Amino acid sequence: MNLMQPFPIAVRALLRNKTRSFLTMLGVIIGVGSVISMVAVGEGAKSSVSKAFEQMGTNLLIVTSGSTRSGGFMGGMGSMPTLTWDDLDAIRSEAPSVRYAAPLMSQKTSIVGEDGNWNTQVNGTTPEYFPIRSWRVAEGSMFSASDIETNAKVVVLGQTVVSHVFGTGVDPVGKPVRIRGTPYQVIGILEKKGQSFGGTDLDDAAFVPISVFRGKLQGGLQQFITGVIFVGAGSAEETFRAQNQISSILADRHHIADRADDDFAVRNLTEIASARQQGMNTLTGLLAAIAVVSLLVGGIGIMNIMLVSVTERTREIGIRMAVGARPVHIMAQFLVEAMTLSMTGGLLGIGLGFGVSKILADNLVWAFVVRSDIVAVAFLFSAAVGVVFGLYPARKAMNLDPIEALRYE
Amino acid sequence: MKPVIRLEGVSKVYRAGETEVHALAGVDLEVGAGEFVAIMGPSGSGKSTLMNILGCLDRPTTGRYLLDGRDVTTFDRGRLAEERNRTIGFVFQGFNLLARTSALENVELPLVYSGAPRRERIRRAREALDRVGLTDRAHHAPSQLSGGQQQRVAIARALVTSPRLILADEPTGNLDTRTSIDVMALFQDLWRAGLTVLVVTHEPDVAGFAARVIATRDGRIVSDACQTARDARAAGGAP
Ligand SMILES: Nc1ncnc2c1ncn2[C@@H]1O[C@H](COP(=O)(O)OP(=O)(O)OP(=O)(O)O)[C@@H](O)[C@H]1O
Ligand SMILES: [Mg+2]
Repeated sequence: MNLMQPFPIAVRALLRNKTRSFLTMLGVIIGVGSVISMVAVGEGAKSSVSKAFEQMGTNLLIVTSGSTRSGGFMGGMGSMPTLTWDDLDAIRSEAPSVRYAAPLMSQKTSIVGEDGNWNTQVNGTTPEYFPIRSWRVAEGSMFSASDIETNAKVVVLGQTVVSHVFGTGVDPVGKPVRIRGTPYQVIGILEKKGQSFGGTDLDDAAFVPISVFRGKLQGGLQQFITGVIFVGAGSAEETFRAQNQISSILADRHHIADRADDDFAVRNLTEIASARQQGMNTLTGLLAAIAVVSLLVGGIGIMNIMLVSVTERTREIGIRMAVGARPVHIMAQFLVEAMTLSMTGGLLGIGLGFGVSKILADNLVWAFVVRSDIVAVAFLFSAAVGVVFGLYPARKAMNLDPIEALRYE
Repeated sequence: MKPVIRLEGVSKVYRAGETEVHALAGVDLEVGAGEFVAIMGPSGSGKSTLMNILGCLDRPTTGRYLLDGRDVTTFDRGRLAEERNRTIGFVFQGFNLLARTSALENVELPLVYSGAPRRERIRRAREALDRVGLTDRAHHAPSQLSGGQQQRVAIARALVTSPRLILADEPTGNLDTRTSIDVMALFQDLWRAGLTVLVVTHEPDVAGFAARVIATRDGRIVSDACQTARDARAAGGAP
């Protein structure tokens, strides 16, 4: 039997009932469309998250006050500070895998310039912070270790702060600004960093030497680091080693006997990133499962309509049998019809999926990622739906008795 | 000569609840190649049942049916379909054409299932339509044709695979007298061309075209007589 032979018959039968054919396909269209857009959403979010983590810096550890169990990511930041400046020195000198360590303390306060003022995050840190975050100055220069020793009133600004305080077309390097009444000189502007995965604008920040921050902005609790310590290691492997070294140094220094009582936390961003990715994978899988269910429902719709169609066309089947159609011919005709429905639905669904993914990606500022393997799988799945759900009606048609079929009214 | 049709003790029993209907009760029949047979009998006497069995559309309850010497009672559904396709052309009282499908495509249909390539299908379907005088109606749908024209399309469809045997169950039952005569003349032409033709009819006029008339009653053959076919004699072509 020629495999293509039932195809024109099937197409004509479907075109005869365009509206019904379309409505029948709708289930598969929506099923395939949602498989593709769901996976695209998951992938888009995943790639955006990993991009955001890359922006934060690689091989990065964050040491915070408070136990790991006291909250989620950065959950320790608001709790009672336990990290001291001596701890920082110890991390720098005693942990061999630590390449850089920098304190980071922040205050939300306003910066007043010639052209305007702007409420932003003013951070105190040391020059090591910037290589840890892989963040460079775009213009001017970074403050140096000697600026810290001399309490130099200098500031490095993020791009967002520059645009609010100075406007465009002005070179702020060398210009003065005031923070809490104290005059600072702008010595550098940081390159643009974009958004973090939480959606905050990383460029909305200013950095001053840590010594100046302690003197002018910190207030009390001078012996504690009322913030976090950023640690950079040489490689991913070094990062894990550094994490262990820091943990044991701090446990030792804080006289902690049992790991459960840690009053600090060393967080590995790679870990957090991969946990997030795994969460995304789970989510993607779940959404895909829902989409598969809707595809199955679409398949049941096809089966339903094909059963109706077999009944409606009983006489036609009788006529075909009477002139010599073998049971396989009849089965092939209805099977091909079901597959044509489901595969056309699959193709339209792929189009829909692309459209929806694009719209979602544009609106959610995600990367537009349509995985070609998912598209292929969705299409094959829709073909399989046609076969599986077309089989029963096709067998029913095939098993009709020619005489009874011809008599059917 | 080897018979085209040979029935040996064929019966057909329908069971409707408690009662059994013996639509055919032990029929023996032989039809040689090139015969033109009319089957007559009162309503319910089993004519259609007999034709359906002869046409491989149905199977007897008991007995054997040898078609061209092959015992088709042992055939599966697929092989019966092949016999319907190749050996037999069946013409129904109600035409049984596919609706919304042109005359040409209706005539092509048996060739679709015999696997003929498209070009050849169209050529042979046109030839068959020419033969029944419907060359100019090839692209009309059944609903655009008169009853007589529809029946001629059905005859063209029966002819298109060049079968040995033409079976017609009351082919003129839905037609007026004038058209009936045209259609019967067409069967006679086919017979003259060498086909074996069996026609079921109620009308003696129609039966008059045949060389042999079989009468049925209560599922049995009650008479089987050769007659001098009216028009056959006139044309001088009777075998
Ligand atoms: N599918 C069936 N189920 C039950 N009984 C049937 C069936 N088909 C036919 N019969 C019975 O078999 C008998 C013969 O029917 P058949 O159709 O062969 O008669 P017929 O000679 O063709 O009559 P008509 O001239 O009216 O067409 C009838 O009594 C009929 O009721
Ligand atoms: Mg009848």
